[in-house]
Amino acid sequence: MRVEQIAVFLENKSGRLAEITSILAENNINIRALAVADTADFGILRLIVDKVDEAETALKEKGFTVGKTMVIAVEVPDRTGGLAEVLDCVQKIGLNVEYMYAFVNKTGENAVLIFRFDDMTRAINSLQENGFTILESSQVYNL
Amino acid sequence: MIWDQNEQMASGDLAELQLDRLQKIVGRVATHVPFYRNKFKEDKFDPASLISLDDIRRLPFTTKQDLRNNYPYGMFAVPLRDVVRIHSSSGTTGMATVVGYTQNDIDTWSNLIARILTAAGVSTHDVIQIAFGYGLFTGGFGLHYGAEKLGASVIPISAGNTRRQIQIMQDFKTTALVCTPSYALKIADVMMDQGINPNGLSLKFGLFGAEPWSEKMRQEISERLGILATDNYGLSEVMGPGVAGECEHCNGLHVNEDHFLLEILDPATLEPVKPGEVGELVITTLIKEAFPVVRYRTRDLTRLLPEPCPCGRTFRRIERITGRTDDMLIIKGVNVFPTQIESILFDIEGTQPHYNLIIEREHNEDKVTVMIEVVESIFFDEMKKQRTMVDHIKKRLASELGVGVHVKLVEERSLERFNGKGARVIDRREL
Repeated sequence: MRVEQIAVFLENKSGRLAEITSILAENNINIRALAVADTADFGILRLIVDKVDEAETALKEKGFTVGKTMVIAVEVPDRTGGLAEVLDCVQKIGLNVEYMYAFVNKTGENAVLIFRFDDMTRAINSLQENGFTILESSQVYNL
Repeated sequence: MIWDQNEQMASGDLAELQLDRLQKIVGRVATHVPFYRNKFKEDKFDPASLISLDDIRRLPFTTKQDLRNNYPYGMFAVPLRDVVRIHSSSGTTGMATVVGYTQNDIDTWSNLIARILTAAGVSTHDVIQIAFGYGLFTGGFGLHYGAEKLGASVIPISAGNTRRQIQIMQDFKTTALVCTPSYALKIADVMMDQGINPNGLSLKFGLFGAEPWSEKMRQEISERLGILATDNYGLSEVMGPGVAGECEHCNGLHVNEDHFLLEILDPATLEPVKPGEVGELVITTLIKEAFPVVRYRTRDLTRLLPEPCPCGRTFRRIERITGRTDDMLIIKGVNVFPTQIESILFDIEGTQPHYNLIIEREHNEDKVTVMIEVVESIFFDEMKKQRTMVDHIKKRLASELGVGVHVKLVEERSLERFNGKGARVIDRREL
């Protein structure tokens, strides 16, 4: 039910993102989803990849600061209001979203929402009770 | 004007007075300060064998570390009931130093400040605005009591709030300004922004200290504020301001030699430098009661200016402080040691962090940026936590160093690796 996400510390200077994607490419690692949070000084890059441990090792070897975090992936139909339904539910239950990002899977039928909640267990249970599909990690890595 | 007659003592008389006072103070520390008693014993130094001023070279040195080791009251030579004032340097336990004053010390101190104010042109007719911080730092209170002793009208405005400083300067018709030299330029900048012409003010004199500056800065201050800008020197370990100050000739600082015995030594060999050469200033206090120090190594570099001064004072002059023999930084007038920053970061991160310290002067104000390499223990995937961590580091550093800093996180292994501690510091200030 939980998906491992990699977070990388980035200084705001040119070429750093390209460097990371090249390292991953060289190691035959596929990026499934990606999001950047940034401030004036630095950024945090969050990545879902197919080979988490390899990605972590490769990036650390090149001197990046890497953290691993558990997130959950919620699948919703790719149509108007898809995201709104999930967020509506999240708000009613009273879950706190630390951050989220989204991507559309290859077939284009479904969107996948990546969430980090303050209370992950409660989030998983509540979302499932409300009929949302939470993807297994293997499903996400191989999307 | 000269404040008191001692300032014009003949050199023979001065030497006699110094020896007499030195003998007494050495006897007193041997009796009342265990640190010195033990040192004298170790060195087999008998206070009674001190019969000439040259004998000072047989006495042990006192370092800042010695003062730290005896935190808080270990170096006091009188019981606390006789102490009426306590000042301290910034820093945590183990880094800070504490000094004390008896009522006599405060009176002496006030008198020495009155000398320096007089030498700088200030008199009983002046309105003096003291824009040094009032508090544990010796600058504010030191100048304050001296200015009252002199009979000037004192405005104890303390540091900061530049617009208010200028408002008061206009309304109260301030004639003398006391602050750090960089703050004087900052005041001039803000005046310019506000469209205030300094010539319309009543300012005549400026006494500047607590941080290094240059002849170029003096000229700029003099021209922009239209004042006689003089330098004064002191350090809390020895007394605070009042150790030395310039007269109207602005050509080196007269040392109050009847109260402080000075030596200029080669910091490597600890032997006296040749006359007129640059070396470390070493000071022995001659009549302080609560906190006497013997051969205190100031780590400040200067040289003696042997020529007599046309002002008529016989006390010898030292050149403005040209540097330090250790890694101490003076930021906005506050003494900061890089090791302080190191230990605070260690506390927070739990590991020895890599950091650089960048000091710049922007708009006549010191700006310090601590660049810290992010390691896993302080890296979060959540922006909120990451920002909170930066704020936390910033607050800890500001409260323990006594000066505000910027904190910038940088990637691992992105900072230069230097050899030696002081080299983590990149000082880009041009004075």
